[in-house]
Amino acid sequence: MIKKNWMYWMFFLALFLAPFYLTEFRLSLLGKFLCFAMIAIGISLIWGYTGILSLGHGVYFGLGAYCMAMYLKLEASGGRLPDFMEWSGVNNLPWFWKLFEHPIISISSAIIVPVLLAMFLSYFTFRNRIKGVYFSLLSQAIVVVFVTLFIGKQEWTGGTNGLTNFSTVFGFSLSSPLTQIVLYLLTVVLLLSMFLFSRWLTRSRFGRVLVAIRDSENRVRFLGFNPTTYKVFVYSLSAAFAGIAGAMFVLQVGLISPAMMGIIPSIEMVLWVAVGGRSSLIGAIIGAIVTNGAKSFFSENYPDIWLLFLGGLFIAVVLFLPNGLAGVYQSVKQRKKQGEVRANEASSHVLQRVSRF
Amino acid sequence: MSVFVTQLFNGLSLGSIMLFIAIGLAITFGLMGVINMAHGELIMVGAYATYVVQQFFAQYAPQSMDYYYVIAIPVSFFVSALLGLGLEKSLIRHLYHRPLDSLLATWGVSLILQQMARTIFGAPNVAVLPPKWLDGGVHVAGMVFPYKRLFILAFVAVSIFVLYMYLNKTAAGRRIRAVTLNRDMAACLGISTQKVDAYAFAIGSGFAGLAGCALTLLGPIGPTIGTYYIVDAFMVVILGGVGKVIGTVLGAFGIGLIGTLTEYSTSATMAKVITFALIIVFLQWKPSGLVSMKTRSLD
Repeated sequence: MIKKNWMYWMFFLALFLAPFYLTEFRLSLLGKFLCFAMIAIGISLIWGYTGILSLGHGVYFGLGAYCMAMYLKLEASGGRLPDFMEWSGVNNLPWFWKLFEHPIISISSAIIVPVLLAMFLSYFTFRNRIKGVYFSLLSQAIVVVFVTLFIGKQEWTGGTNGLTNFSTVFGFSLSSPLTQIVLYLLTVVLLLSMFLFSRWLTRSRFGRVLVAIRDSENRVRFLGFNPTTYKVFVYSLSAAFAGIAGAMFVLQVGLISPAMMGIIPSIEMVLWVAVGGRSSLIGAIIGAIVTNGAKSFFSENYPDIWLLFLGGLFIAVVLFLPNGLAGVYQSVKQRKKQGEVRANEASSHVLQRVSRF
Repeated sequence: MSVFVTQLFNGLSLGSIMLFIAIGLAITFGLMGVINMAHGELIMVGAYATYVVQQFFAQYAPQSMDYYYVIAIPVSFFVSALLGLGLEKSLIRHLYHRPLDSLLATWGVSLILQQMARTIFGAPNVAVLPPKWLDGGVHVAGMVFPYKRLFILAFVAVSIFVLYMYLNKTAAGRRIRAVTLNRDMAACLGISTQKVDAYAFAIGSGFAGLAGCALTLLGPIGPTIGTYYIVDAFMVVILGGVGKVIGTVLGAFGIGLIGTLTEYSTSATMAKVITFALIIVFLQWKPSGLVSMKTRSLD
């Protein structure tokens, strides 16, 4: 265990020191991937630990991002109407946009809005015992609703183009390298705290109930727990992670559009977790970084192959690596350990772990 | 009055398209419980098969261009069915007990098929010219009912009728239903469940191909046509309730009518939002859909 912890710390130390050894371009790319890693932690919590497959996390990510972007847009317009509103013939700032003039409201709503939506949706769906694939498909319908809405209400959301052309945040220029480094470090701190919190959560009694819900929800119910409460909490928590990720994403990338919260990005989010290992938090982080790294490499160099590669990756991971990269690491380690144990002629049955799913 | 009849007709017409894209899923998802996200791409394959048949006729038999569509119908069915059969044998067979995983894997398949269509036919949409005998429409009291829409309505009605007869009146259909109801018991009685799975999936995929063939009448087709319809198709089947084909029919026409009525009073985007929101609310009230199978099992 101590050895394992040591590896985690090395990983996060490497992330902290990244501004020293990466170019500005690579650093901003890594910052973007770390935002995705935050979403991945949330999805790992609900999918790997609780067995809820959500294909709608793009919405929570998008809502968080839009909340932040509205503030940035107002700051960039400097008291005048945002440019896209003038183009669509709006004369006065809508009332809900006015709220986002205050940074505190804007930052807190980047968390609260996704969480409220997630709570509302999950409370009713889980209370009515809609689960498994039905929930997945419903969450996909939510994505369609929001993307259509955001594209359709062009005068409020900027339509297909989304929100972009920001200049400053709290008076600091977004294009200056120093601001970007500070934002990057903030992202790492947030990611680390989410990781530590999730790890604590999954190792607590609460986490054991989550795993029990995944393996047999009815049995949990018969034992006197109410699975709905647990599922609503963990689902809303993952929505909060996605909302924070959205806010940090907008700050670093400077753009949010409905295309980034659609059906395809939402499913890609699940793929990151599947690649990294669905029931491993560190695996989810690494999966998000590796998959997105591969994506930017392939789509820069071989855009035609990227979709084929992505499709093949989906199939290969599901068929051959159900526990992802973390599963590969585990089994390699286990084989080594088993070898040692056999050499000592001790019983090996204790170490034989059955991989579920 | 004429506004009402026109809207009703538009609703039925939209419902028939919804039904067409969902019949295949009613078999693969409704009866077999496989989440096939590549269903939309099987529709796309059917549409491109129609396009290829048309090109073939234009090249080698321009004098009988009027009848290419008659050939295109079976061709699109069999091309998609064969593809579905291959998919079942190679991939889905291994994932029957892992529905969430089959969702992800078939999504991968759909990405690959999309990219292949893009490589073979190019990224821009291609147009399929509808046969001449489907131009124009019936004029009744100042209203126009286009032949194309009427043809799709009839086409879907015939397809549903054939499917219903197949499932209920033939030995092969009875075997499918037996495996659906109780897989282990069916296997004990000597039904090869593997074979039944394979051909049921192939038939479902074939109906997706027919849907693609029908969609070519409505507009140009492109590699991403499947993504456009897949969520709608799943919503139809879930709203209708799994396990019974009649549920899918009700679900499709329900969505079609609600869609056109809301579109008439608001806008196209709001109509989609309202329809989906209504479905989500309805499912909270009746989680198993409009028509559900009675069961005593817990899950």
